Amino acid sequence: MSEHVEWSEAEASPPSAPAAVTPADAADAARLVAFGLQPKLQPARDQEYTELLRRYRDDPAFARLADAVATGLGLVVLEVSPRAGMAVTAAEDSVFAVRLGDYARRTAADSGDRFLHGLAHLAVAALAFPRPEDLADDTYIGRVTVNGVDAFVRQACRRLEERAEKLGENTDPATDAPGLEAAWRIWARRSATGATKDARRPAASTTGIVAKALAFLTDSGFLQRTGDDGGGTYRTTARYQLQVRDMAGSAAMAELLELGVVPVTDGTASLLPAEDTEDLELVADAGLPFHS
Amino acid sequence: MPFGSMSDLGPTLCTVTSPASTDSVPPQLSAGPRPAPGPAADEGLARRLRALACTAPLHDLDARKANLAGEYSVYGMAEVALAAIDLVTLNMDFDTGADHEQIVARLVPRIAAQAPRRPTAEHERVARWVLENLINVGSVDRGFRAVYGTFAPDGTYVRRDYDFKLIEEVPGPGGTVYLRTTDEAVNVLVGALDTDVTSAQIAAEVKLEVLINRGRLADAQLAAEQARYRTVQYSETLRRALEATRRNVRAVDWLGAVPDMIAEALDHVADRYRHENAILTNIRKARDETEEPEHKRRAAELVDIVKDCIRRHTQLQSRLLEAGPLFRAEQDRQAFATPATTSGIDLYGHLVAPVLPLPLEQAIRVTDAFFAGGTGLRTPVSVRAADLVDILLTPPVEREHLGAEMPEPDLIATPDDSRFSEEQLAAATELLDLPADAPRRLSGLLAEARRTGDPDLAYLVALLAVHAASPAVGTAYRQGEEKLLFAVDDGTELDDPEFGGADLIVGTALLDAAGMAADRTEAA
Repeated sequence: MSEHVEWSEAEASPPSAPAAVTPADAADAARLVAFGLQPKLQPARDQEYTELLRRYRDDPAFARLADAVATGLGLVVLEVSPRAGMAVTAAEDSVFAVRLGDYARRTAADSGDRFLHGLAHLAVAALAFPRPEDLADDTYIGRVTVNGVDAFVRQACRRLEERAEKLGENTDPATDAPGLEAAWRIWARRSATGATKDARRPAASTTGIVAKALAFLTDSGFLQRTGDDGGGTYRTTARYQLQVRDMAGSAAMAELLELGVVPVTDGTASLLPAEDTEDLELVADAGLPFHS
Repeated sequence: MPFGSMSDLGPTLCTVTSPASTDSVPPQLSAGPRPAPGPAADEGLARRLRALACTAPLHDLDARKANLAGEYSVYGMAEVALAAIDLVTLNMDFDTGADHEQIVARLVPRIAAQAPRRPTAEHERVARWVLENLINVGSVDRGFRAVYGTFAPDGTYVRRDYDFKLIEEVPGPGGTVYLRTTDEAVNVLVGALDTDVTSAQIAAEVKLEVLINRGRLADAQLAAEQARYRTVQYSETLRRALEATRRNVRAVDWLGAVPDMIAEALDHVADRYRHENAILTNIRKARDETEEPEHKRRAAELVDIVKDCIRRHTQLQSRLLEAGPLFRAEQDRQAFATPATTSGIDLYGHLVAPVLPLPLEQAIRVTDAFFAGGTGLRTPVSVRAADLVDILLTPPVEREHLGAEMPEPDLIATPDDSRFSEEQLAAATELLDLPADAPRRLSGLLAEARRTGDPDLAYLVALLAVHAASPAVGTAYRQGEEKLLFAVDDGTELDDPEFGGADLIVGTALLDAAGMAADRTEAA
């Protein structure tokens, strides 16, 4: 497979013969992919992982082999680097892909719930990387809280509501066509939280939905929990940035363009405060997405 | 707040379903020519119908109380519900809302008055039932929905859903849940407060002053409560503006708008603080001068409300002072960072903002795509049959309810090195327990102490007497003591084999404990 004769590794084939892929090489490549499948594993914490990452960088033949293993398993390689490790993600229809139906049971029956869960993930990303530069800057670490995400979406909803009021639009949906209800209303009318018997957040409330998204992303190695303030504080990892930038963002954009919606911005941050937010409902300790 | 103003809709034929139900539509006026000429023709009607819809859950409470297990018709549920909304509105705080348990506790006296012979547990049950129904705990959205009809521009009749909430639950610090009344509830059920915050605040305070001067305390209390709600609103406006600054410095006009706003807010705080202190003085005067007990009580309540206003102003001011440093820190962090190459995607501007106004059917495609791409991977779980047997047969692990065992603390008895024993102190205290009208000389007390046969007792008495020469008046005041030991030197020299100095006059002063208590609460 490989024509390279100048191995940088000591254990490589003898320089005279054309390098052939040995079962040991394949095992190492697969091992590296297996490390990539454990997203919470820090490369710096595992010597073997670090070693394999170095080999991937220094040995193009090995790199191609590892890429091939990943592709064959139904994985997409986002980046291989000491900071992100072997950042792989599930390709479409891969056995590794997460399905919304598995993620939250109610979503199958209720399209409103399905939307809320999806929007929670989108809002987490938007608040974790509020400016385009933040998404592009590899060293940027975003911080989000459960209450902060909820407050942020509610503020956006509130502005749409005000706009509709100003234009005199009736945003109440027709009773027999719930699919035509404006998306923001679904979030706005869902309660933010509620008292329960066991002092946990109701799973169907918006903070419950956001908390689920954040916990799930933490399990995916995309976020790290840093505290309990604001309903739970998290910071982003390099993998999350890659995932949002290279996979999720573009996929969602493509879908949006297909719907005929072409968002036009001038490249500057568009996350503006509402001009008149005095009626926006209160979520305690909601703010400070950047302060841990 | 999902749906704010009540005035943005066309003609409505409105019916409110009972909580949690969403789909029962009563027969409408069918067929015939179109009755309403156009959307603009009866906006007033629409507004009133919407207001009516917001009161429906309250009427509904009285209608449904018959279905409760037990005899509950004696309770006026709508009255309790209105009281609950008032209580929540007035107890909403800067950071949080009103506490659920507190509201229940404050509702109970009113419910108890409706049916004094019923058990307290039942009163509490009614309070909880009403509160839960105002939140509408049974539904997913925890809100209400009214179905009404409108005529579309092309003349077709469309049935629409109007969603609203009366009391909603918001997360508080530490995972607690607080209650807040919504704009619908405030507008319809508390009173028309949908006005400009600043001007309304001034108006409320002018009104308050006038009312106090005229001695109309009942009205003054109402005005003061409204003023307090407005203070909370004002804080809210500012809090959110500061929060937006934290998200993106460049998105906020820090050259003009925000500093102006902060200056204005600080002026506002200073102004209100002065104003409310003046009012406070006035009401206190009214409270102390009035003879009528009812007036006295109202004035005392007013004092509490205005004090609460002052407390909220102080809170607001401390937050305002944080604004400048926060801006500078964010400026450093955001603006002076090296400009990076733009990735091309502005998540908010390109995705969130365009998605939200889309109809659900379309928006869901975008969020699904983001979800699919944004959640990463999950390694599928596969189980070997051999392991499965083991797993299924393993008894569940006992949960440790009590946590780890506490190590027995190793206690070392500290030697008792007190100069005097408890008995000696008791004896000395008894000796010094003098009647208020009969102070004594120290020499006499010493002689009496020596007569007990305990040579150390005289020392203790002398020490206590000297200590009483500088009595702890402040402590006695704070702790509400009824009497205080004091000692005065009138120049007489002490003639004693063991002690020298002045022959103090030792006595007991009686203190006005009740008066001090009143003073303390006022000063607090």
